[in-house]
Amino acid sequence: MLQFPLVVTTQVDLVLVLVSLLALWTRLSHLSYPNAVVFDEVYYGQFVSLYMKRVFFIDESGPPLGHTILALGAYLGGFDGNFVWNRIGAEYPSSLSVWSLRFLPALCGALCVPLVYLLTLELKFSHLSALGASALLLLDNSLIVQSRFMLLESLLIFFVLLAFFSYLRFHNSSHRYCWLLLSGASCAAAVGVKYMGVFSYLLLVGVASLHTWRLIGDRALSVCVQCVCRIVCLLVVPVLLYVFWFYVHLTLLDRSGPHDQLMSPAFQASLEGGLSRITLGQPLEVAYGSQVTLRSSVSQPMPCWLHSHKANYPISHDVAAPMSPHSQEVSGYIDFNVSMAAQNLWRVNIPHREAESESWKTILSEVWLVHVNTSAVLKLSGVSLPDWGFRQLEVVGEKLFKAHSSSLGWTVEEHRYGTSQEQKEREAELHSPTHIDVERKISFWAKFLELQWKMLTVKQEDSEHKYSSSPLEWVTMETNIAYWLHASTNAQIHLIGNPVSWGVAILSLLSYQLLAAIYLVRRRRGFKDIPDSIIVCVGCVCVGGWVVNFVPFLLMEKTLFLYHYLPALCYLHLLSPALLEHVHTHLRATHRRALCVCAWIVLMSVFLSYWTFCPLTYGTPELSANQLQALKWRDSWDILYRCR
Amino acid sequence: MAKKECITQLSTTGATSTLRNRKTFPTSVKVPRAPPKDRSGPPAAHLPEGDPRSVDGASARPPAGGDASKGPSGLLMLVVVLSFSTRLYKITEPPHVCWDETHFGKMGSYYINRTFFFDVHPPLGKMLIGLAGYVTGYDGTFPFMKPGDKYEHHDYWGMRGFCAVLGSFLPIFAYLIVRELSQSHTAALITATLLIFDTGCITISQYILLDPILLFFIMAAVLSMVKFDQQRYRPFSWYWWLWLLLTGASLAGALGVKFVGLFVILLVGLHTVWDLWELLGDLSLSLVDIAKHFLARVAGLILLPLFLYVTTFAIHFAVLNKSGPGDGFFSSAFQSRLVGNNLYNASMPEYLAYGSTITVKNLRIAGGYLHSHWHLYPEGVGARQQQVTAYLHKDYNNLWLVQRKDDNDSRSGTPDLVRHGDVIRLEHKETTRNLHGHLHAAPLTKKHFQVTGYGVNGTGDTNDLWQVEVCGGQKGDPVKVLRSKVRFLHRATGCVLYSSGKTLPKWGWEQVEVTCSPYLKETPSSQWNIEDHINPKLPNISLSVLKPHFLEILLESHIVMIRGNSGLKPKDNEMNSKPWHWPINYQGLRFSGVNDTEYRVYLLGNPVVWWVNLAGLGLYPIMVAVASVALQRGFSLGQKRREHAAVLQGKGGLLLLGWLLHYAPFYSMGRVLYYHHYFPAMLFSSMLTGITFDVLLKSTDLLLRPPYSDWLQRLGQVALLLSVLYSFYLFHPLSYGMTGPLAHEPGSAMAGLKWMDSWEF
Repeated sequence: MLQFPLVVTTQVDLVLVLVSLLALWTRLSHLSYPNAVVFDEVYYGQFVSLYMKRVFFIDESGPPLGHTILALGAYLGGFDGNFVWNRIGAEYPSSLSVWSLRFLPALCGALCVPLVYLLTLELKFSHLSALGASALLLLDNSLIVQSRFMLLESLLIFFVLLAFFSYLRFHNSSHRYCWLLLSGASCAAAVGVKYMGVFSYLLLVGVASLHTWRLIGDRALSVCVQCVCRIVCLLVVPVLLYVFWFYVHLTLLDRSGPHDQLMSPAFQASLEGGLSRITLGQPLEVAYGSQVTLRSSVSQPMPCWLHSHKANYPISHDVAAPMSPHSQEVSGYIDFNVSMAAQNLWRVNIPHREAESESWKTILSEVWLVHVNTSAVLKLSGVSLPDWGFRQLEVVGEKLFKAHSSSLGWTVEEHRYGTSQEQKEREAELHSPTHIDVERKISFWAKFLELQWKMLTVKQEDSEHKYSSSPLEWVTMETNIAYWLHASTNAQIHLIGNPVSWGVAILSLLSYQLLAAIYLVRRRRGFKDIPDSIIVCVGCVCVGGWVVNFVPFLLMEKTLFLYHYLPALCYLHLLSPALLEHVHTHLRATHRRALCVCAWIVLMSVFLSYWTFCPLTYGTPELSANQLQALKWRDSWDILYRCR
Repeated sequence: MAKKECITQLSTTGATSTLRNRKTFPTSVKVPRAPPKDRSGPPAAHLPEGDPRSVDGASARPPAGGDASKGPSGLLMLVVVLSFSTRLYKITEPPHVCWDETHFGKMGSYYINRTFFFDVHPPLGKMLIGLAGYVTGYDGTFPFMKPGDKYEHHDYWGMRGFCAVLGSFLPIFAYLIVRELSQSHTAALITATLLIFDTGCITISQYILLDPILLFFIMAAVLSMVKFDQQRYRPFSWYWWLWLLLTGASLAGALGVKFVGLFVILLVGLHTVWDLWELLGDLSLSLVDIAKHFLARVAGLILLPLFLYVTTFAIHFAVLNKSGPGDGFFSSAFQSRLVGNNLYNASMPEYLAYGSTITVKNLRIAGGYLHSHWHLYPEGVGARQQQVTAYLHKDYNNLWLVQRKDDNDSRSGTPDLVRHGDVIRLEHKETTRNLHGHLHAAPLTKKHFQVTGYGVNGTGDTNDLWQVEVCGGQKGDPVKVLRSKVRFLHRATGCVLYSSGKTLPKWGWEQVEVTCSPYLKETPSSQWNIEDHINPKLPNISLSVLKPHFLEILLESHIVMIRGNSGLKPKDNEMNSKPWHWPINYQGLRFSGVNDTEYRVYLLGNPVVWWVNLAGLGLYPIMVAVASVALQRGFSLGQKRREHAAVLQGKGGLLLLGWLLHYAPFYSMGRVLYYHHYFPAMLFSSMLTGITFDVLLKSTDLLLRPPYSDWLQRLGQVALLLSVLYSFYLFHPLSYGMTGPLAHEPGSAMAGLKWMDSWEF
């Protein structure tokens, strides 16, 4: 029964609303300008196109969720996938809704700003600090640029911030598990967008374990249920969701495409078109008289099939293989009067069979071919033959006890089988795939594991890039990245951070470390006058977040860019106002005013430098060469001028 | 005062237990079964009741430990005897060069011959090998060409024996470390047993390698650190200083042998930081006291090792004063120190001039000289013109003539100097072709342009023009021979002459690729210096001033070593060892012999030992987790359990950290990895196993009631001992040599022992 009067009481934090509106305005206005491919859009765009055509691809740079989200945006905008992503700066056709391609990343980028506001509140700082943090994020040109295009960083940052916010909300709000669940889901999403998310996830798990550990120490509580809930929400749910992203990915992409060759035959056969078109309807079990193609199980250095042609080894029959002298040569044998008995019997071994009696199946079985006379195994040596061998890869026989199982396996792909004795008829029979179709789709788990394994192991070509940089250069913003230059004018977009707020960020990082060191030593020596639980919490989240998002790059050997630093930077923007507030509360009244004035001056200069760099952020208005020259605050920045 | 009493009290109890123990343990092989029961009891039982520290059994007992550990010296003797006998047995077999002996034996010889060489490791290990050889009568004449070469009359036993002796100390040190840490003879004996009877540890100790020396210093450092810890109640005493300085010296030794020594430095460093932190929390100490502690550690653990480490390099450079095979890896300035090098006491014109004949050396480490020869790039690799490469050895094909851009004629009188910004041609002296660049892709680095030799007798085209730039110079600056860093900018395309460091295939004689890079970043790869400079029209000036300062040599040799190390990339079609292979003993290394006719030695850990270690690594976290949760939840635990928990958490944690520090970094290393890289970590893992299994077996009373639990405990210990001994009996041919058929054939001595397909014996 209704109770009257029916009253709704809401509290609206107008500052939060204002900040959100400003964020939406800075990120979303004029989103479809420039109407051209900007920087890495050229890379992600091709995957979006493949998504629209539902063609399978494998992108070794990250898990599929990010691509799925970008594709969702494109799908909502009615993109049909017909655009050639081959050049930065290429104009988009008018039929293509650029706005929809860029909308979701931009939205996520905008939502980061109110999220930071809320996160600061959850860290138990004042609304003023929260405002400061969100202002720093709001006015950072690099974050704006990175959000406004079809790129993944803003998604990653959004999910990571969301994960931390919801976890802290859970921790502060007497354990409402829906927040914890949201946190787990955000973690899964962050990891699903980019592998870098793993480090933030680990940090969050670390913080959560610390809290749980304290909980265990509280003897008044029974903790079993709580522990189990946390494990489910923060460990089980993320893993399941992460697999779910792959499930969506693989379900959507069911057609064969350019990356088929990287996958195993069984995987390829499960895709529509490609190999499955060839193998459709062919008999499953290999029999005597079958005509087959044999593909090597290793795809290194490239996928390849067992092959012979009408050309002889240049030397007469020698026992050592031509390029790998420790192995035996394998040849097609015709009696050239070399007075050797034909040694052409091979035994078929199915190494990973389930039952002793299992037969040799097309696509599904990986077989070893063991030479009967010498018990050598047929193996791809990985070396290419010289010119006389047409640069094809060498196949050798290697002694079983020396060999490693990875390069020995061969799989039947095409398979024809004819029963007729008549030569002509039999040939016709062999070329017409009229046999019974056998269901040979592999399970989702097998596909998931194979895809994940391939993504982690496929070597990325280590390429130099004009705008690549090293992690240590990021901290001081030694380099920038030119994202786009107008085809005829000087209008251009650069990834350049707001120099003032980057300076503030690095200063606050250093001063936090100094402060933390002093506090630790003081406490160790028995001074306990400053309550430090809040500052410890900030340290765990902010400095910890910076460390886990920055230090791993120092150890990576791949090509790195300035935008890899942006997630780490966001943590520092959180840190600066918190630190300021902490200092403010522990200062004497006379100093407080000075500090306030300083803070205001810094905030104003943040705004001014944001304003100054706006033309390079939004690509409009066009600047003259002199104005551009004036914006080149550092010699190492690369700002483009068009020669007139 | 109270502390002092406690100490004396404990040491007396320690002494009595010593006597008791001595009676119970005759020195026989069966000893390991006996100790546990008595050992766990006495020291703890005598702890004063009121001492707040008694909760943390481990930290309260150290003073007692030092004395109690003198206990059954028979056990220690047994460990010593077994250790030495297993390592020194058949030390001279096989009488030919095995595996890396070809490197380290050779380098030992270089020290005896005083010839300069290059190696990626710091010099101490090889110096010690050289010294051992020298003392035992080896004259440095054996060439150590390749594995399998017969030693014949050369005295190689001294070098092997030296390594084996150092290797024999490993089980002994491990025994002492574990005994100090856990105060349990059983734990120490388990560790010692694992290490003594591990075929891997035996094999790696028996040859002329750096590893036994490295492992010796690592273990010595840990032992000294632990011993130093024992002295914490007598700071600044004589023993305190002794162990502190010994720790420092061992650290210097470890780092001086291989850079892996950094990990043990990190371990000791972290431990010291923790130690200082504890001291800082001790409010009974004044800040002055703490400062003293701090400074003492700085002196002992930073300054002393640094001094010793630098000293080894000083000796290294002083001893190796003759030109040798390592010259080309080093800069021109470095080479000028070496007797026999053409830069030694060289004199040449000081500034680069037109008409000079020069050699141009790349500034990247091991970058080589700009080189060309009468061979063309093959079909399909850019334009079919003459090859230009970088070559590490000195050769007349490295000579180039500096020409003006337009005319050929060299005017009479003093030639003009080449200045910053000048445009020149470089003509290859031997083939008279010009250094030429054009817009074809380079052979390996496809994003760069190809560099070729083009034209005849110096006539070519505009693509032969290069602009000389002195790095950091201004227009008009002359180019100093040897000292200026020079870049050559290609006029037509704007790219810069570059040495990629990649090795060309056979058609390029496996020399290093030279390209023209469109990326103008200043890197050593794009910088060159003029090394030889011949111009009869200019006065020669002695360049002895060039000789670099000791610190400069030190720095340069470190950069060369580090680059060299990271340059050891795995080759694509080789089977590479991966870090995850190691703890499971997946695959070993062939030290000697492949075929069934040869004398074969295979470096592979005793599988039982290694798998016990693996089990230990699995068990340890579980046991610690259980113990920690129990403590955190505040369950009432008995005295014994609390001690076990403390040993597991504190001491086990230290060992686990040691294992992690010596193992985890390999996952992030790009260089080529080998099985033997795991041995430092394996030592830590064995020590951890000793502690873990000891605590596990002593916790049998959780399952059974007293008399039965003791039986179970004994049973477990005996089973462990016997299985290690029996597996050693089975696998000892891996270390002491196998001949005859391979293991997959029935007639082999190792038949049926190939438990994993990946083992190659």
